Amino acid sequence: MDTFLQQLVNGLTAGSVYAVVALGYTMVYGIIQLINFAHGEVVMIGAMVAFTVINLLVPSGLPPLAIVLIGAGCAVPICMLVGYGMERFAYRPLRHAPRLAPLITAIGVSIILQHVALMIWSRNIMAFPQIIPSTTYFIGGAAITTVQIAILAICLTLMASLAILVYRTPLGTAMRATAQNAQVAGLMGIDINRVIGVTFVIGAGLGAVAGVLYGTYYGIAQYTMGSILGLKAFSAAVLGGIGNIPGAMLGGVLLGLVEALGAGYIGDLTDVCQWGVPLDACQGGGHFILFGSNYQDVFAFLVLILVLVFRPQGLLGERVGERA
Amino acid sequence: MRQFFDTRNRPWLASVGLALIAVSLAVLPFALAQVGTTWVRITNYAILYVLLALGLNIVVGFAGLLDLGYIAFYAVGAYTYALLASPQFNLHLPFWVILPIGAAVAAFFGVILGAPTLKLRGDYLAIVTLGFGEIIRIFLNNLSRPVNITNGPIGISRIDPFTLDGFSFGTYETFLGLEFSGPIKYYYLLLLVALGIIVVNLRLQNSRVGRAWEAIREDETAARAMGIDTRNLKLLAFAMGASFGGVAGGMFSAIQGFISPESFVLVESIMVVCMVVLGGMGNIWGVILGALLLSFVPEILRWTVTPLQEAIFGRMVIEPEVIRMLLFGLALVLVMLFRPAGLLPSAVRKRELEEHVA
Amino acid sequence: MKNVQFGISVIAAAVAAAFTLVGCGQQSGGGAEVRIGHVAPLTGGIAHLGKDNENGARLAIDEANEAKITIDGKQVKFALVAEDDQADPKVGTTVAQKLVDAKVVGVVGHLNSGTSIPASPLYNQAGIPVISGSATNPKLTEQGFKTQFRVVARDDQQGPAVANYLAANSKPKLVAVIDDATAYGEGIANEVEKTLKAANIEVLPREKGTDKTTDWKAILTKLRGRNPDAVFYGGMDATGGPLLKQGRELGIKAVFSFGDGACTDKMKELAGEAVEGMLCSQAGIPPQAASKKFLDAYKKKFNADPILYSPFTYDATNLLIEAMKKANSTDPKKYLGELQKISFTGASGPISFDEKGDRKDAEITMFTMKGGKLEPIAVIKGDKTMSYDEFVKGAK
Repeated sequence: MDTFLQQLVNGLTAGSVYAVVALGYTMVYGIIQLINFAHGEVVMIGAMVAFTVINLLVPSGLPPLAIVLIGAGCAVPICMLVGYGMERFAYRPLRHAPRLAPLITAIGVSIILQHVALMIWSRNIMAFPQIIPSTTYFIGGAAITTVQIAILAICLTLMASLAILVYRTPLGTAMRATAQNAQVAGLMGIDINRVIGVTFVIGAGLGAVAGVLYGTYYGIAQYTMGSILGLKAFSAAVLGGIGNIPGAMLGGVLLGLVEALGAGYIGDLTDVCQWGVPLDACQGGGHFILFGSNYQDVFAFLVLILVLVFRPQGLLGERVGERA
Repeated sequence: MRQFFDTRNRPWLASVGLALIAVSLAVLPFALAQVGTTWVRITNYAILYVLLALGLNIVVGFAGLLDLGYIAFYAVGAYTYALLASPQFNLHLPFWVILPIGAAVAAFFGVILGAPTLKLRGDYLAIVTLGFGEIIRIFLNNLSRPVNITNGPIGISRIDPFTLDGFSFGTYETFLGLEFSGPIKYYYLLLLVALGIIVVNLRLQNSRVGRAWEAIREDETAARAMGIDTRNLKLLAFAMGASFGGVAGGMFSAIQGFISPESFVLVESIMVVCMVVLGGMGNIWGVILGALLLSFVPEILRWTVTPLQEAIFGRMVIEPEVIRMLLFGLALVLVMLFRPAGLLPSAVRKRELEEHVA
Repeated sequence: MKNVQFGISVIAAAVAAAFTLVGCGQQSGGGAEVRIGHVAPLTGGIAHLGKDNENGARLAIDEANEAKITIDGKQVKFALVAEDDQADPKVGTTVAQKLVDAKVVGVVGHLNSGTSIPASPLYNQAGIPVISGSATNPKLTEQGFKTQFRVVARDDQQGPAVANYLAANSKPKLVAVIDDATAYGEGIANEVEKTLKAANIEVLPREKGTDKTTDWKAILTKLRGRNPDAVFYGGMDATGGPLLKQGRELGIKAVFSFGDGACTDKMKELAGEAVEGMLCSQAGIPPQAASKKFLDAYKKKFNADPILYSPFTYDATNLLIEAMKKANSTDPKKYLGELQKISFTGASGPISFDEKGDRKDAEITMFTMKGGKLEPIAVIKGDKTMSYDEFVKGAK
């Protein structure tokens, strides 16, 4: 029971970070139907910038929380700039091109960002300085650290404020109008370019925060961290229903749980010996495990493929003609 | 120069031109070997990429389905060869038996991937194929337990070279006073396979199937309305593309003599996509050009960028590998922005890709 | 058909370009120098280790040239041909071919097992002896090539050494073994598991991450449920650090032990306080325990301290030269026999080879993390374990 509870805590924390990254994918997709392949790299840049600033500030003797906040405060505008630049120079000229063109461009942008980061920060892994005294609480046998609690709280706040922005403000209305029909929205006097630009900027800002959270939680950041995180978050967005903001949150948390529980239990579940199969390996309490935790990274892709094949609109998405 | 290749109006000159190319392709490995057998080896790897790019071109260029996990089929072909011709299971089947098996297994995987996913729209399909490619690699990396099949990350070594009736492609021989090293023999074999695949591609392009693919690519709904069996034809594209990848994989296995999952990572898939996109989706010659260009890039950089940096800064500031990846990324972005049909556009594809751009 | 014509002209242009390229790439042929190749990744993630290896070899070459060695009546000038294999198997074979083309008489390298294994048949076919100073995968010398040697301990010597040390000192009843699903990590983890099982210690079913895993919590939580007394991780510091940190966060009290990939100072940076008391091993002796002559010469020449395997590449290069002197020939065919039966005392101690080409009685050093610093605690040689102080005294 302890173990199960702990896995839930693990999955929930990782999942809420996925959710915040997934929001970036889903917002952009919702508005211009583009899979922004490079979003994972924006998250990486957020983490790298924040780590650099934090490492610089550690000797200054400021309170740890202030240092982290300043780090995040530097990462967010830089990522926003990257997000805007991407949209302005790489995607906007292709807005009316066939669908594959912007996707291929996005792959290119992702490669470029990754290697520019490599040139700036080298291949070395940056370690998060041990400044935040992490207290561990045990709730019913499950360990939860202050960092985890902070991550959960920040993710919830971010998601709630984004929902308010999209559903309760004029800008949000403009975004939803553009998503439904950009041409008509334009005719209604909405500056489409501005709305799309703002969407990218907000998505990138969320990505920056997610990068800082991810980096703080695991204590490391490296130039390669964005690609796999990005793919997983994209899977989460698809799971929830791409283009759908509550869907991205749900998908992120669900994917986090699937990964944690999957890695934790797949080995025991696929142990042939417990089914009573007479194998030599099973003699004397041995094991014959078909799939172990080594398949942990498969779950995200499996979820992605299964959802797209059986329910392309995702859990919360509505069926749209040509969408999938 | 073009008059040398004008088959219609100047057939005589054209045959001279063709003969010149044939001779230079035949002499090339010996010229390269003068400098170093390494260059023959590098050329061989470049030809392997040509095979891969031509295979992917069927899927991306002809049928318009972006496959970001194409290297998985290369891996399947490579592992099929390695498992059937190495001490791993103590099987040593001849290559002319294994290569078709490898092609068939890869085609089978192509269908497995394609069947459930082909109804997806372009960009979703791309992501799913990417996931598929990663899943295959993760499986290859982990199928060493509970039963050891692929030897996991350690990889399979001592893979048999191609042998035909006692004639081994792996050894060094002197024939008619010429020195035939292993790589030179493989060069001719690769060239032969490449020519075969080019011919198949050319024939396909102007066949019923090729035109049907073109129709699907341009407007799938209209194609279906015209009575084209879009599902089966898309599957066929996947299977054919995959089988070419499988053949290339088998040859890679034999030439290298050692394979491990780290040769089949996502970056390799993206590199092949880059070759196709840069050269010109749908244009066979463009794709070949793209593959040759990009596979020689690392070598060119090694001879230019490194000494240049050392001359200017006194040390290496940016590694050639980083520059190579940056060039790939830039190529993808710039080609899409300014020349969406690639360096050598195919006529149809060009019209299609540019008509929407305002 | 216009398309075909155009295509053909493209190919023609490409062929022409290839010829030109070859022209540019042509190296000027050297004089009567004797070339020795060295291969290691000089770019990429472990470029610093590659450079360290190369420095070791370069130092040996320079010293040999200063000593003005005469072989077969002629004074020989040695030259190092240093190549970069980027730790990529495909580049590894290309580079090996390059060295064969350059008519090197011997090769020191490659750094990684992953590139050494595919390259070894090429050297074997050309009859060129190759000595690795750092490739530890057992498979390398199990291929039956007479030209393949190494001067470090194999994973199946290092793995058992760690396992035996763990068994003797921590006396665990239940051990969890984790690896990063790479050739190195899985290889050493398998050896550890084998030895532990042979010592009747129960081992949990293997858990695996990847060499990019940052989230170990799911796996560690599962292990916590089984409450092992010790954990062994086969992998690098980049993943080992977070593993250790997360393990302590979850409240796992077991002893954590690692192979040489995670036996670095980087662990402290990545895992913070959690590193205290961790155990780890290095193949061979720690660089600071190499001969004083080597350490001083290295420091003087490169203005830096040796990082990891440079004493071994230094020795490997000297072994090649020593065998040439003994055979009085620089012809690989002639001196190979001398190399097989050589007995030589190098910077890393006395060296001789067994019939497979592995070093006889290769040493393994055990370290522990004390006050945030790695401290050598024991040296294992064959079946003998001695404390580090004893070993240093004995060597003096």
